[in-house]
Amino acid sequence: MEYIIISTGFALMLLGLWGILSQKNLIKIILGFTIFNTGINIVMVSIGYVRGKAAPILDVIKPSEAASKIVDPIPQALVLTAIVIGLGVTALMLVYVLKLHREKNSLDINSFKDLKW
Amino acid sequence: MIKKILIIGVLAVVGLIFFDLFNAYQGNESLSKTANYYAENGASQVGAANLVTAIVVTYRGLDTLGEVTILFLTAAIISFILKFREEDFMPNRSVRVTSELLDSAAQVIVPVIFMVGVYIFMNGHLTPGGGFQGGAVIASGVLLMIMANPNFGVSHKVIAVVESISGIAFVLIGVLGIVLAGGFLDNTLLPLGKLGDLFSAGVIPVIYTFVGLKVGAELSNIIGTISHVQNEKN
Repeated sequence: MEYIIISTGFALMLLGLWGILSQKNLIKIILGFTIFNTGINIVMVSIGYVRGKAAPILDVIKPSEAASKIVDPIPQALVLTAIVIGLGVTALMLVYVLKLHREKNSLDINSFKDLKW
Repeated sequence: MIKKILIIGVLAVVGLIFFDLFNAYQGNESLSKTANYYAENGASQVGAANLVTAIVVTYRGLDTLGEVTILFLTAAIISFILKFREEDFMPNRSVRVTSELLDSAAQVIVPVIFMVGVYIFMNGHLTPGGGFQGGAVIASGVLLMIMANPNFGVSHKVIAVVESISGIAFVLIGVLGIVLAGGFLDNTLLPLGKLGDLFSAGVIPVIYTFVGLKVGAELSNIIGTISHVQNEKN
């Protein structure tokens, strides 16, 4: 099961990278970044998976036997952080695109050559 | 053509790296040492039923403070970049009439969305969820309000007040932990209570309430700023 999930994560990362490299539209490039981000999060969560164990919430599981019944909570806490940071980065990128579009009236990455060498 | 070959080359190399990582992955049979410590001591030291919350808010509370700061910075930078001039602002720009369905649905659903958001961050120490998730749900309610009424302006005064108060309260609770309990952001400032109760887990519900309000205000601020500059003339 965890192999399916982790390979999905890697596949999403590759898909996102392809989107970043090959797309011309700035919005689609940002979508590529978001997909890449999601892939990394899936991989991180699946690394913390322990076979046959439950989510790290002690409602049915008793605290005394928690250590033998839950999956690793640390990657989940890290991913929670990563999602929030990813949201901030995506929002910033979208706002930059808004500004760029106002400058040149175009979303095509080929029309921005100011920093190209 | 060269570009396409280059892209395929990069993808192949990165794919090879990923395949290697995937091959080396074997899955876990037991918890790592750190996770084992959290699992064994989390309930008695922090008192939160949701161990992820215990890690996010107490064991690594300083990280969460930094995370909230990053969100605040994002909101501030966006407001700074998208600053608009009053004369550009067109209050009565022509917008497509909102459909009856969206309009009525927004009036019914928005209060429910806010309530769900508050529920999620109040119960962050018991159920999957917490301040960030609850704040995002609240911001989605604000987004629905803007979609139903495009001329709806998010009040920057209200947002600034909510954001400042919750941010200062978060730091203040942390500093109070130094004075009254074991250290910065110490959880035992308030009694831990019984595991699984709403009023348990020390200061976690209080901190998560402030985090939820702050995140909700910040995300609403971002949405409001972006929707505001749409009114600008090009």
